[in-house]
Amino acid sequence: MKLKSRHLLGLEGVTPEEITLILDTAESFREIIERPIKKVPTLRGMTVLNLFYEPSTRTKISFELAEKRLSADTISFSKSTSSVKKGESLKDTVRNIEALKINMIVIRHSSSGAPYFLTQCTDSNIINAGDGRHEHPTQALLDMFTIRRKYKKLKGLRVALIGDIKHSRVVRSNIWGLKAMGASVAICGPSTLLPYEVEKFGVDVYTNVDEAIDGADVVNIMRIQLERQEAGLFPSQREYTNLFGITKERLKLLNKNFTIMHPGPMNRGTEISSEVADSKSSVILEQVTNGQAVRMAVLYLLSGKKEETE
Amino acid sequence: MPTIKSETILNQKGMVRAITRIAHEILERNNGAETLAVVGIFTRGAELAKRIAKKIGQIEGVDIPVGFLDINLYRDDVHTKLDQPIIQKTEILFDIVDRNIILVDDVLFTGRTIRSALDALIDFGRPRSIQLAVLVDRGHRELPIRPDYVGKNIPTSKDDKVQVRLVEIDKEDIVIFEKSGLKKAKGKKSTGKKSGSKRGGKK
Repeated sequence: MKLKSRHLLGLEGVTPEEITLILDTAESFREIIERPIKKVPTLRGMTVLNLFYEPSTRTKISFELAEKRLSADTISFSKSTSSVKKGESLKDTVRNIEALKINMIVIRHSSSGAPYFLTQCTDSNIINAGDGRHEHPTQALLDMFTIRRKYKKLKGLRVALIGDIKHSRVVRSNIWGLKAMGASVAICGPSTLLPYEVEKFGVDVYTNVDEAIDGADVVNIMRIQLERQEAGLFPSQREYTNLFGITKERLKLLNKNFTIMHPGPMNRGTEISSEVADSKSSVILEQVTNGQAVRMAVLYLLSGKKEETE
Repeated sequence: MPTIKSETILNQKGMVRAITRIAHEILERNNGAETLAVVGIFTRGAELAKRIAKKIGQIEGVDIPVGFLDINLYRDDVHTKLDQPIIQKTEILFDIVDRNIILVDDVLFTGRTIRSALDALIDFGRPRSIQLAVLVDRGHRELPIRPDYVGKNIPTSKDDKVQVRLVEIDKEDIVIFEKSGLKKAKGKKSTGKKSGSKRGGKK
């Protein structure tokens, strides 16, 4: 078993076998981050560029640590302190950095398709760390990893994704991944925050949150992306909280042994109440720990994969 | 089709005898089982480690800690292979500091696996000693590494194959020696998959 592509751009079209391989490998790497010496020499001599055109706490630190734990050399780049400020294009930026001999690029960008664009103009392995509204594959992988660790399976579970479906790349990656793994998926948000042709996802769509989470095993709550809101998609944060916020009262609708997830950063009191976020069923911090193992697995599985001749 | 000459080196009984002898030798060398722990290298070394620990336990009437090690992350050829080996979960749930560690593998060949295993083990702490037990030593070392306990020495040439098959993985206990019939035949690589393992069935 191996990954077909030498890049990870998204989970759309990735097979259940490939996802299982990544999750199984992550399970093995999870042990390394519990060791006294949290480092293995696997990627020694490889250089990974973290190219973050958008702000990030978790994903950036998680990728950097994952790279370091595998003994790769890392360079981190952020838009605000670079020549992007002087107007250098993405292509020129990457080709210049690549001239310094790097092997892999982790990219976050506000434009959907930026990681794909890089595959066309560089020789490095590309890992998508979130591109516009398109995908955020490692987040969905770590969500699935966290769910699978708790329930020992993904098949047959009911997962509800609540919130800003329209702008969320996490939702899209989760939908593709969970569907491939045989989970049943519900999505729910205000109708103004559902994308056009939402039915093409092939999942259950709700605008009433109580219906969406009724009988669910996992509720994955998406952040209200205040920075991506065009004016007027919902009247006020308070109204959103009343209609869609996950509060303690709403949890009664869920299956026993339910799980609360959130990819972070949370707007406490808006999409999730503090009580829920800090409750026993919340695995939000576990998601963060697991993210590191999942990213180590992805880096490992893609590393050294050269251009394949088919 | 050229016929490949193969012969049985160890049968089930022979394997039991070899493991029993190794267990006794380990106890003799270490003056008992007090400080011992056994660590096996995935996949077949792990099964052999369980057997050796069980045998030592039977002889001495104590429980010996057993651990399992995946050495793929420490390999020196991890980037030269086309596909990354599948990683299994390393499980060393005891403190190795000041213990005498018996490292177990099925076949000792170039010594590169053992080199990786030494690096991996030392990341867990500083054992008092590491001793190496192998079921088969087939020679052709590429590194200065030697075994402390050997089930069977087999003189081979480099292209020959030695296959260790264990009940837990391959449904039978046997060691088979295959004389290489032809040089670098096509499809030779894939025959290794017969044993149902990802890696390490034939060495």
